[in-house]
Amino acid sequence: MLKNIPLSAAIGLTITAVYFLAAIFADVIAPYGMAEAVGDVWEPSSAEHWLGTDQIGRDLLTRMIYGGQTTILIATLATILSFTTGATLGFIAAVSGGWIDQIMSRLVDLFMSIPSLILALVILSSIEATVVTLVIIMGLLDSTRVYRLARAVAVDISVMDYVEAARLRGEKLAWIIFREILPNALSPLVAEMGLRFIFMVLFISTLSFLGIGVQPPLADWGGIVKENKEGINFGIGAALYPAVAIATLSISVNLIADWILNRTTSLKGGRG
Amino acid sequence: MHPIAILVAQRLSLGALLLLAASALIFGLTEVLPGDAAQAILGQAATPESLANLRAEMGLDRPAFTRYFEWLGGILTGDMGNALTNKLPIGEQVGRRMSATLFLAFWAAIISVPLAILLGLIAVRYQNRWPDKLISGVTLASISLPEFMVAYVLIFVFAVQSMSWSIWGWFGMAPVAFPSFASVSPGMPLSAQLYAIALPVAVLTLVVLAHMMRMTRAAILNVMQSAYIETAELKGLNTFAVIRKHAFPNAIAPIVNVVMINLAYLVVGVVVVEVVFAYPGMGQYLVDAVVKRDVPVVLACGVIFAAVYIILNIVADVVSILANPRLRHPK
Repeated sequence: MLKNIPLSAAIGLTITAVYFLAAIFADVIAPYGMAEAVGDVWEPSSAEHWLGTDQIGRDLLTRMIYGGQTTILIATLATILSFTTGATLGFIAAVSGGWIDQIMSRLVDLFMSIPSLILALVILSSIEATVVTLVIIMGLLDSTRVYRLARAVAVDISVMDYVEAARLRGEKLAWIIFREILPNALSPLVAEMGLRFIFMVLFISTLSFLGIGVQPPLADWGGIVKENKEGINFGIGAALYPAVAIATLSISVNLIADWILNRTTSLKGGRG
Repeated sequence: MHPIAILVAQRLSLGALLLLAASALIFGLTEVLPGDAAQAILGQAATPESLANLRAEMGLDRPAFTRYFEWLGGILTGDMGNALTNKLPIGEQVGRRMSATLFLAFWAAIISVPLAILLGLIAVRYQNRWPDKLISGVTLASISLPEFMVAYVLIFVFAVQSMSWSIWGWFGMAPVAFPSFASVSPGMPLSAQLYAIALPVAVLTLVVLAHMMRMTRAAILNVMQSAYIETAELKGLNTFAVIRKHAFPNAIAPIVNVVMINLAYLVVGVVVVEVVFAYPGMGQYLVDAVVKRDVPVVLACGVIFAAVYIILNIVADVVSILANPRLRHPK
């Protein structure tokens, strides 16, 4: 499978893998403690501090590694929540049809008619932002998009003969969804998963930057920008490192998603 | 009645229903979630009795249904109540800040819409050659970054670094640095106001430009695959003539749709960009209110943002109905 991997996808896979490994082993590779002040304010990069220090003298590389851990953890959990909820509900709607489908689809239309950032702001004005609530809010708000895709894909599949056969055999809803539809709907959903993950990274970074996402002392990429933004006016680029991290991560994931989509949709020998 | 009038009327009434449902959703969300205005005012010091008293005083003990219609009526008549934190009337603030936000969004739209369509046309003309790839690459990069990151990169380059460029000397100019805080006051001349908002407008333009250009490119390419385009090519027209005379008129409807959807997107981008540049608009008001848990302000701003977004989407729908020749001349 990995023999004919195009260069762009290989680059994407490598960079994404590096970010995920850095997130998983943050405790091992981070040179200093997350909240440890180890130098002066906004020191330039040096042998001890590769990226310099932040606005209260913490090592910026350490902050970036732990920040990546928080950002990637929240984005991954929210993506998983969004997919399990959205895909399950979408499949149920497609298989059941009738008024169940109508009610769920109109409700999803209503949620999608309001920008998710605005809805998230309204919700976060009433409840405390913790890692758990953020994952739930982002995951559920985003599941509407997955619902639409999953339903559209499943509607096509559910009229296939083998699904009809399963129905006539008297299989239950769960069997039809997980044994007949899911395996055939997987490839467009997996490609979409990459795009949703990037959206989650951008979403959580935006919320943290606005001061209503991840709360200090926890670090995350959006929060690092917020903490170091004053430095920019003095020509200190500390707040720009998260930009580089987010851009490289999301372009890499994009490259992988493109590759998966090409492999699974192209008829000319796509499925290698 | 003309069938198209019926279609448009249907779409508009559905839109009105959607607006009502969206306002109920936003109001309902703050009702369902724990905590209310009375609790926010009293904070930690709240005893059950004082809470009940304040709720009765503010009318919060009445059923949510009646309060929703009162609130909705207030929004529609411009009487939005007072903010919890500084007791100032919300309507006055919204009026002032709304015009500031519209000013920002207006200039971003004026620049980004023609630019996006032009770049989209160029990308189609040189499809899969270097201009197309360059444009696609730049747009991919700019949608891979959240708005506030684009903003800080621009501030870093054009408000800080630009002071030390030697380019300015070549033209005999003093170094130019754009302001990183967009402070605009009503008395300022237009040129000074535009200079102050140059960077936020640039950020908004970059952010929507990418989406708009990609969608324009896709819309035109879609038209370019039709049979009448092939005919035009076969009779020997050059590519630009084919695009201008045959592809573009048919692509207008999808392009107008793209523009409307992106203007709606601009509304959301404004929230973040205003915070970065400390611009006194609706977005900053909303985010401030969320941080201070000022629920009445959040409700008012939230419902206004949602309404603008929904209305722009309805306009996009109506325009695409009107621009579709198959609907205009039914068989």
